[in-house]
Amino acid sequence: MLDYITSYLGMNTTPGQAGNIFWAVVYIMIVFGGVSVAVMAMNWLERKALAHFQIRLGPMRVGPHGLLQPIADALKLFTKEDIIPSEADKLVFWIAPLIILCASFTVYIVIPFGPTHAVTDLNIGILFMLGVSSLSVLGVVMAGWASNSHYPLIGSLRSSAQMISYEVAMGMAVVSAILMTSLNKEGTGTLSMIGIVQAQQQQQIWFLFKFFPLGFIAFVIFAIAMVAETNRAPFDLPEAESELTAGFHTEYSGLRWSLFMLGEYAAMIAVSSIAVTLWLGGWLRPFPNTLTGDTWDLVFSLFPGFTFLALALVAFVGVVRMPKHPYFRIQTIGLAGFGAVLGLIGLILFIPPVRDRIQDIFWFVAKVAVFMYLYIWYRATFPRYRFDQLMKVGWKVLLPIAIGVLILTAILGVLL
Amino acid sequence: MGEDQLGDRERAIMTDPTTYLSHLELSEPDKTFLDSNELIINMGPQHPATHGVLRVILKLDGEKVLGTECVIGYLHRGVEKIAEHRTYTMFNPYVDRMDYVAAVSNGLGYCEAVEKLMNIEAPPRAKYIRVILTELNRLASHQLWLGTHALDIGAMTPLFYTFRDREEILKIFEKYCGARLTTHAFRIGGCQYETYEGFEDDVKKFLDFVPPKIDEYEELLTTNRIWLERTRGVGKISAADCKALGVTGPVLRASGVKWDIRKALPYANYSEYDFEIPIGQNGDTYDRYLVRMEEMRQSLRIIRQAVERIPEGPIMAKVPKVIKPPVGEVYHSIEAPKGELGYFVVSDGSTQPYRVRVRPPSFVNLQALDIMVRGQLVADVIAVIGTLDIVLGEVDR
Repeated sequence: MLDYITSYLGMNTTPGQAGNIFWAVVYIMIVFGGVSVAVMAMNWLERKALAHFQIRLGPMRVGPHGLLQPIADALKLFTKEDIIPSEADKLVFWIAPLIILCASFTVYIVIPFGPTHAVTDLNIGILFMLGVSSLSVLGVVMAGWASNSHYPLIGSLRSSAQMISYEVAMGMAVVSAILMTSLNKEGTGTLSMIGIVQAQQQQQIWFLFKFFPLGFIAFVIFAIAMVAETNRAPFDLPEAESELTAGFHTEYSGLRWSLFMLGEYAAMIAVSSIAVTLWLGGWLRPFPNTLTGDTWDLVFSLFPGFTFLALALVAFVGVVRMPKHPYFRIQTIGLAGFGAVLGLIGLILFIPPVRDRIQDIFWFVAKVAVFMYLYIWYRATFPRYRFDQLMKVGWKVLLPIAIGVLILTAILGVLL
Repeated sequence: MGEDQLGDRERAIMTDPTTYLSHLELSEPDKTFLDSNELIINMGPQHPATHGVLRVILKLDGEKVLGTECVIGYLHRGVEKIAEHRTYTMFNPYVDRMDYVAAVSNGLGYCEAVEKLMNIEAPPRAKYIRVILTELNRLASHQLWLGTHALDIGAMTPLFYTFRDREEILKIFEKYCGARLTTHAFRIGGCQYETYEGFEDDVKKFLDFVPPKIDEYEELLTTNRIWLERTRGVGKISAADCKALGVTGPVLRASGVKWDIRKALPYANYSEYDFEIPIGQNGDTYDRYLVRMEEMRQSLRIIRQAVERIPEGPIMAKVPKVIKPPVGEVYHSIEAPKGELGYFVVSDGSTQPYRVRVRPPSFVNLQALDIMVRGQLVADVIAVIGTLDIVLGEVDR
């Protein structure tokens, strides 16, 4: 048994490839926990960043600078009364949030946080991701239908139409990136998520800059479509607060509602991961081929540690700037403790074995974090599209461009 | 009419007088939900985008609006009836509660109407103070409109910017008369309060502070692609329709009619100021947006001129202790931020008005909703309610 567990450690593949169920389960647990924590962090960050865009402070009361706010929110939602409308279709009403949650968490199986840091590496990885993530439409439709109420119904119809339309443009953009993976000597492309990143490493270029501006356009199309796909501003009309109160989840409350939110944020992270994997070189550090040598390797491997030290520094600046009043004493101590933990993590990340293992994950997460910030930025800046305009953008603008880019990429791929 | 002759509608109203049944009817009411492609839904009275307690019943074909019906009265407090049981002075604070985001304008209209009835003229200094405060209030009202309108269309951020700047106006009000919202700033015959020390400096500081902020709002919205798509050609109304329905204010001006009571029938001392009346051409939501943005700038121009010219002198005319206008009636209208605000006051010679009838701009403008949204989409209903700039306190009174 112990041999079975330790045998994986020597291998240089994902647990799925190695056929090691124990480590696969461990990885799944880590990913599930990590994503849940990321969703909580994202929740806090969104409220804080959005607040600062809007000259507000955001959450300040629960914990220092509202750091414990997501936990307080979660507790509140868990303890709320579970309401199912009497006219609702109870079974479907009950299943809908679970489908969304499952769909958005299942895709994490194939997301490569590093060459070995994935639960498994399917040879149809990207298809699996697109396929499973589009299952969440089903949950949306079921939620809207089962609520048996007008607003959720309209919201879910809008949502399903929107998600399906944008999947087409999204798929076209993805195909053009996959075509680029076949530009090697053997002429064999790959759909595997790890394979796509390795192809970028071999070709010594992020697909974002490949055939400039073709790769870039495809990336932009994907970046727009993914916002629509996850129902976020400016394409958040399924849950357009001002029109449909809350869209498909109007009748949901408490735990079930929080499952929708969890699913939504997990989906946001998942589609951002696809974008990072396909166009931004996945786990690869910047300039892996030009800035080579031991010195550069060392410099880049110190980034994770320094990032955490910088975060710790921010926390300590917060401690110094905390009002000197007995009321804030506990918060100050808490913030100092938080800073100390961050600093400690930073120091641990400097230890050579940890440093080498953690690097890939760090670069991947950092790239995804940029997208998360963009999501917040969009939300603070843009008004909301109207339904017909949204459809027009999807079918008449994004899709033709995506097809054009696909054809040009194919032609260039054959010629070069 | 016998009991058996009643329709379902009448029967339902008789059994429960609080029910309200819509006049909108589905074209094929017998079909089941799945076969039918028409839907009647209630928007409001509890809805985030109806600006209070407006209830709009919508008949929808998918997302397309086939008909609307407004149900009002959820905020009815009987302001006009209250007037008949109060003296002229006692009624003055009540008018602030109608359009509560432009309370100063309401007060001005009422005071001037009673002054007209009694043949009193407010002294020049009082008139200048009135103009400054009213124009500041117009600015505050437009800022609130812009923030909520943008929020309805999905842009969250302008709301906070406009509220930040509106705060400066409210601070001036608070320093002047102690209240921020329902100011009760004026009295019949002038103003009760002399300006506080530093009033003019505060106003001048505000005049320098706010133009860059208005540019900031415009930067966020005026050329924003999504904003243009959401507002251009949405909620169109022609000048003829506006006139037929009695629509006034920025909505009328955006349709291309140059009608502003400040210029057409000058009250207070508006004839002394140099300012433009911005007008639009298309009568769509975008034009109304532009007109109001320009109105903010014009208000600043008026305030600047008023602050520079404000004379010294008394702030109250000679008014009898007990206000007892002669028998007669008077109609006086002013240009409130939302349109023509008229007061029709009838006096029977006693200390209490025999009748006060208010012509509220929001109420009249709300009539245009149906024309403006018919054939458009659900999302446009929200945009149009926002652009009409209604305040339910004034619609219901």
